[in-house]
Amino acid sequence: MSIRSDIAALFAEVAQEQKKTLAPLSDDLGLLETGLDSLCFAIIVARLEDQLGVDPFSADEEIDFPVTVGDFIKLYEHASVGRAA
Amino acid sequence: MPPSAVRRDVGTLWQSLSAAGSLTRRWLADPDTRVELGALARGSSLGTRLGRLRRRSVLIKTEEQLPAALALIELDGIARRIVLCTPDVASEHLRAVLANASIDAVVGEEQASALGKELFLTGDHLVACDPDRAASEDTEWVLLTSGTTGAPKLVRHDLATLRGPMVAGGALGEGAVWSTFYDMRRYGGLQIFLRAMLGGGSMVLSSAREPVGDFLARAGAHGVTHISGTPSHWRRALMSAATRKMAPNYVRLSGEIADQPILDHLRAAFPDADIAHAYASTEAGVAFDVRDGLAGFPASYLGRRGDVEMRVVDGSLRIKSGRNATTYLGDDPPFFDEDGFVDTGDMVELRAGRYYFVGRRGGIINIGGQKVYPEEIEAVINRHPAVRMSLVKARKNPITGAVVAADVVVKSEPPDAAVLKSEILGICRETLARHKVPAVIRFVPAIAVGAAGKLARSGA
Repeated sequence: MSIRSDIAALFAEVAQEQKKTLAPLSDDLGLLETGLDSLCFAIIVARLEDQLGVDPFSADEEIDFPVTVGDFIKLYEHASVGRAA
Repeated sequence: MPPSAVRRDVGTLWQSLSAAGSLTRRWLADPDTRVELGALARGSSLGTRLGRLRRRSVLIKTEEQLPAALALIELDGIARRIVLCTPDVASEHLRAVLANASIDAVVGEEQASALGKELFLTGDHLVACDPDRAASEDTEWVLLTSGTTGAPKLVRHDLATLRGPMVAGGALGEGAVWSTFYDMRRYGGLQIFLRAMLGGGSMVLSSAREPVGDFLARAGAHGVTHISGTPSHWRRALMSAATRKMAPNYVRLSGEIADQPILDHLRAAFPDADIAHAYASTEAGVAFDVRDGLAGFPASYLGRRGDVEMRVVDGSLRIKSGRNATTYLGDDPPFFDEDGFVDTGDMVELRAGRYYFVGRRGGIINIGGQKVYPEEIEAVINRHPAVRMSLVKARKNPITGAVVAADVVVKSEPPDAAVLKSEILGICRETLARHKVPAVIRFVPAIAVGAAGKLARSGA
């Protein structure tokens, strides 16, 4: 599975667990418009750390906080590449 | 000093244990040996040098518990002060203990000579002699707290504060065989040791080098009737088939929150035993026992009951009783509030006429400004029938500051880990506010239990 599909699956899983209605995901959808709240994103970040073995938010380099779903996915893709290199 | 100068009215440990029942059929046993208490009438673990410890401030520093137990029996009423040292105290902290307790003699093994004090060698065998057991001192007993970080605190007790719970607690059972997972040099273990000695019984001592299954089998072989440990000790014991080699009449839990699942598991494992959970701390002493098989304690326990008075202030349980320790030795600040109550730092919540322990004041996890005690979540996770034990901790999170992470030990390999995970999360969601539901669950082979038998919690 790609990082993109992992993340999409997690968004759906957490939305269902937290009884949130998930908006149809697209790269330019704002994270705040997904229907998920901050606790949902906190859970997603924690699970992605376990699944992918990376936490881009705790990396040494400064990061721009993601605003859109596309930003969020890129952040993890970038972090995974960095780790594999 | 003539014996009449002894102020306390309880007699020494030796006098009291002698009065509690025939010495000939009573004993202390560890993995290597068994010492009949009657042999102490005509011998000493310290030999003829026992008299030289009179009026001294003595550190008991042995590897195994049996020599420490013998020294304690022999030195109460003889030494001015006894400090019971557990083997896990780091050497840099030992220096402070020696200084704060004005130690001028050490009872221990060869390696204790490094402490630079006069060393009285001891062991688990008695040297034949005619020991002078006349009391001349109101011996102070000093216990070390079991904090996982920093220097241990020195908590002052004496035989009167320590035996308080037994005087009030009724039948101890002459001829009983007591045992505990605890080290008898800690408050919880010392309570069991004193129950055995003052109640006319015997005791099976545990050993840090003995696997839990071997200990359980040994306790069973000795015919253990009364046994105690922390909920973490018991969760581990229930994983061992050797638990079935024991048939105790009395099973006791203390030292951590006894949740309903562990009480139920013990009820199932020992259907004929009395199962009690006790609340105690090194500073506050034993406050109460709960014997109805339910977690928490009835709200009616608050107020004054016998010589114990309890109240809840700002959510934490506070206790005042004759079983409280007197003070700390050294520079640690006093543990009494302005009304003379010990603030236990254990947080309680009132639900339907019963108080439930929810966690330690310092252990709160803050999730985006909302607070939760790890113990509260563990109690819910432990309800799943496949779960043996769990440890909840904070995991740093860039969005909410922290999220709840749970490590879970299962009873046996689940057929489908993902299904089990979602079942556990389901139970949590039914019962807990959403921020308290674990964000992640990991299945782990084991959870570390510290030297005092409590789950090893790192700072959140």
